[in-house]
Amino acid sequence: MTANMQRVRVARVDDVAAGIKRFELVGLAGQSLPMFSAGSHIVVTMRDKDQVWRNPYSIMGVSEDNGYVISVHSSPESRGGSRYMHTKVHVGSELDISEPVNLFPIVHTGRKHILIAGGIGITPMLAMLDELKRDASIFELHYAVRSPEAGAYFSDLMSETGRSIRVYSSDRGERIPLAAILSNQPLGTHVYVCGPQRMIDWALEVADRAGWPEENVHCERFSSAPPGKPFDVELRNGTVVHVGEHQSMLEALEHAGVDAPYLCRGGACGQCVTRVIASDSKLVHNDHYLTDEEKQAGEQIATCVSRADGGCIKLDL
Amino acid sequence: MLVSGIKSRPHYPGLKPDANAKQNVIVADSGGAGAVADMMRQVDADFASRCIVLLVGAGDFAACEPFKFASVWSSPTIATAINRLVNVLQHGRMGLRLYVAGTEPLIGQVVKAAVEHGIEHNSVRTEHRGSTSRRVQCVHCKGITEDVTTNPVTCAHCGTALLVRDHYSRRYAAFMGVRIDAEAPGEIPQSVGEFK
Repeated sequence: MTANMQRVRVARVDDVAAGIKRFELVGLAGQSLPMFSAGSHIVVTMRDKDQVWRNPYSIMGVSEDNGYVISVHSSPESRGGSRYMHTKVHVGSELDISEPVNLFPIVHTGRKHILIAGGIGITPMLAMLDELKRDASIFELHYAVRSPEAGAYFSDLMSETGRSIRVYSSDRGERIPLAAILSNQPLGTHVYVCGPQRMIDWALEVADRAGWPEENVHCERFSSAPPGKPFDVELRNGTVVHVGEHQSMLEALEHAGVDAPYLCRGGACGQCVTRVIASDSKLVHNDHYLTDEEKQAGEQIATCVSRADGGCIKLDL
Repeated sequence: MLVSGIKSRPHYPGLKPDANAKQNVIVADSGGAGAVADMMRQVDADFASRCIVLLVGAGDFAACEPFKFASVWSSPTIATAINRLVNVLQHGRMGLRLYVAGTEPLIGQVVKAAVEHGIEHNSVRTEHRGSTSRRVQCVHCKGITEDVTTNPVTCAHCGTALLVRDHYSRRYAAFMGVRIDAEAPGEIPQSVGEFK
């Protein structure tokens, strides 16, 4: 299954923090957008000349005219997609988006919910916050940023802080006291983590050491496809597709007109996992879907974020 | 007679210690005592001091005697053991890990109580030992028949001849029993001992 596409118009663009813009996307000609649950993301397709990027962005909430709200962080390491969103997308621009997909849902049977966000990882948490408040659920939000200027929606959340919302700024030497937070929670509490890879790894380890079952620990990690050595992909019909240094394998396949499966494009859902028939070089696995054993075995690869370390691999496509 | 391949049929992967758990709550009947002992042989001496053990029913629990558990309670029946367990879970904090070893009705009722206290069912570590007899809910009168060993079985409440299925309800901790002669009234096959 690859999600259906829908065309949307950009209704509003705001600068919200250093390197972060907020976009409101509405359906064309009054078309309504599908409902979504908190934690959902959409994949936005961006086209510039002969280049195409498809990036996943969490839906933060609903705008006044029933559009989706997303935030885009343009990092210096951007492979082009988020930079395109920042420089080429304006009010009135049209974009293609996928239907919402939720790989990071709230567990509604949980007794209490603890949201841990770092930097731009706040975006799905804002939708979760709305949903938890609406359901009168018990929750805590802990949001860490580098500095108040770098933190999206930091001041909005600052104004809401109380017992259930805490913000931390590392330039003031503040850290989320996660071990203390997780050490005293009622049975049936769930923790949700979204932020930089390092933060997620840290949070998972703290939760494990606190004796939390893995079923109560949830994270969203969208990796962008890291660059690497160029390599070739050979398809079943003999076609050879070249993958450039800054291209993902999935992007190269799509550019060559191959209808390869995908859903999240961030190494999280496993939809794009494809059988490797042969490979003359090492596979570089960057996804969070395959198990360590599966990665070791080298028989499958997530085309959205993983690649070969040069050479040529033959895929069952 | 069992219809296989039904996804709701639970699986019990076996007891495995959670070295990071702050409190381990272990429920076992005499058949499960050996599984508890096998698990305790995999851990350091400190582990037992973080364990509360609930022993269920009569029988031989000698396998559990060598270990210095923080506390051990004995209950005469599953129902009384569940009462004790509920008391523990009401005061439980995250970091509690629940284990259960023994018959399927014991495992099922412990998991049911756990879920009712917010524990995710698949985070309970389970090992099936002993009898394969089943707790069966009649889908017609909703009555539960305990210790079912035959198939079909007569519902202890409404008397209907029930086909015992692999279709399992975690909410009721019971397998589903459906009227076996619904299509051809009166045609009830010979009851056979299917569970021991």
